[in-house]
Amino acid sequence: MKRFGIFAAIILIVSALLGLGVHALNKASGQDNASKTLTIFNWGDYIDPALITKFEKETGYQVKYETFDSNEAMFTKIQQGGTAYDIAIPSDYMIEKMHKASLLLPLDPKKIKGLQNIEPQFLNQSFDPNNRYSVPYFWGTLGIIYNDQYVKAGEIDHWSDLWAPKWQNKLMLVDSARDIMGMALVESGYSMNSKSPQQLRQAADQLNRLAPNVKAVVADEIKMYMIAGEAPVAVTWSGEAAEMLANNDHLHYVVPSEGSNLWFDNIVMPKTAVHKKAAYAFINFMLRPENAAQNAQYIGYATPNKKAQALLPKAVREDKQFYPDSQTMKNLEVYQDLGPKWVEVYNDLFLEFKMHN
Amino acid sequence: MTTLNHKTRQWSYFSLYFIWIALFVIAPVALIIYQSFFGLDHQLTLANYKNYLSSAVYLKMTLNSFVYAFLITLITLVISYPTAYFLTKLKHRQLWILLIILPTWINLLLKAYAFIGIFSQTGAVNHFLTFMGIGPQQILFTNTSFVLVAAYIQIPFMILPIYNSLVDIDPAVIQASHDLGANNFQTLWRVIFPISINGVRSGVQAVFIPSLSLFMITRLIGGNRVITLGTAIEEHFLTTMNWGMGSTIGVILILIMFLTMTLTSGTRKAGTRKNHGKA
Repeated sequence: MKRFGIFAAIILIVSALLGLGVHALNKASGQDNASKTLTIFNWGDYIDPALITKFEKETGYQVKYETFDSNEAMFTKIQQGGTAYDIAIPSDYMIEKMHKASLLLPLDPKKIKGLQNIEPQFLNQSFDPNNRYSVPYFWGTLGIIYNDQYVKAGEIDHWSDLWAPKWQNKLMLVDSARDIMGMALVESGYSMNSKSPQQLRQAADQLNRLAPNVKAVVADEIKMYMIAGEAPVAVTWSGEAAEMLANNDHLHYVVPSEGSNLWFDNIVMPKTAVHKKAAYAFINFMLRPENAAQNAQYIGYATPNKKAQALLPKAVREDKQFYPDSQTMKNLEVYQDLGPKWVEVYNDLFLEFKMHN
Repeated sequence: MTTLNHKTRQWSYFSLYFIWIALFVIAPVALIIYQSFFGLDHQLTLANYKNYLSSAVYLKMTLNSFVYAFLITLITLVISYPTAYFLTKLKHRQLWILLIILPTWINLLLKAYAFIGIFSQTGAVNHFLTFMGIGPQQILFTNTSFVLVAAYIQIPFMILPIYNSLVDIDPAVIQASHDLGANNFQTLWRVIFPISINGVRSGVQAVFIPSLSLFMITRLIGGNRVITLGTAIEEHFLTTMNWGMGSTIGVILILIMFLTMTLTSGTRKAGTRKNHGKA
């Protein structure tokens, strides 16, 4: 017993010393370049690493890059405030939610250079009027991806085509209540942000009629399945689609012209930001056309930077799959933060649909 | 004096376990129960329970979970009992047991992905079916594939307790049974099975209860065509952030678990009585 006590005491002392050492080291390194670091909180693999190196070389800031895999996870981490993130890149509705929770710092327009490079239609969105809190990073759509080995061109152009009996047990959907309910709402002729119980009921009924065609409701795996040809048709986001197209030449992406979702990932400065000067430097760096173009080339998403678009190869910037024509663009809708009560309604109806078979 | 010391020492050992159980068993369960009484507006309410009990979707989901957990348990039991029985007859038992335990060291997610590869349109099973002239079938995203994969994952947890109880049987008992004129089947059914029933019980508990709340496989293999209570809990905690409702379903799951425990351990008294008889 005595020996055990001594042993335990030794372990405790050693761990305490190690802990102190780590703390001291952190402090020392922090003091050295505390003003010269920038902590970025972004989605995994969502920036060209060469750009980070370029930014570090150009400005002398040292970049710490951390990643998240869902808006909700990012929200929780910033709310808890454990890490001093200077920059975060959330999606549209989440920006509204973060603003409501007072988690964002207003951006000083005087310190931002190059906002005029952004196409006006991507500015001043409902989730952030006058871009007080955010600067567009990438944008995209919700659409249909199909495999031309099983689907003829033109056979699936609209949401309603998915309901055709021909596709029985052929369709894959993303496991996202907001997107799939939104699709059913558009198909029923309503807004994707509907808060009317009748409209939602009607959309849910319409969705339940789609059940025989649905093969699976899956998440990230949809990429793997579509590339492998497991299903001929799927509903997914343009960003995921870009990755699938790059891996399988038979795949094509369509944004239904009658309407769909327009989503944004914007750069924001969360309230945890410490190195504001570095954060502004990064925002301005990413707004520069050549950098935005390089990033768009690397990620494959659509850039909101019109000067950057001009720098992209013609085949890319005229690709209707990812830069839809203005007629379609007009019908796209951005998600609003519906508040917990309606999020719950959407999810309950979606759950009901998943149970319906 | 020494007995007192002994006692305090005993208590100090015990306190460690007590703290552990208080922190990691009692506190979380208490928190879940506490959370389940709060609505989205953070007001104390019974609405979550009312919601659950009046919603056809949730009740159907509960029934679904129950039916699937039952099927999974039944299949694992039917496969595991004979396996465990034959294992006791083998020469290199330790090696075979190791081979059965081995797959449990592999992460569940990896196993699920392996099955995706095997069951997919271009996977091994469909290659074989095409070779046999049957042609590729839809295997993934069916109830059958879900139950099969879940059963595969649970099998070791059923085999081990049954094997342990079978191995403990005194060979003399079986010889006695034969000497008294019982044939092989009678020996198995009237002697071996009743003695090993406790192993079967723990096996059923170890398989049925986790099966109730499976959620990863429902999406990966079942393609969300199979919805269990676990799926709903995941959604309420991660997507809708309605922790109250998620906790309510959690409480219901805990209640079902208690029910299963009491039902499967109900006849343990018989076992103790037998022991008394022996004594």
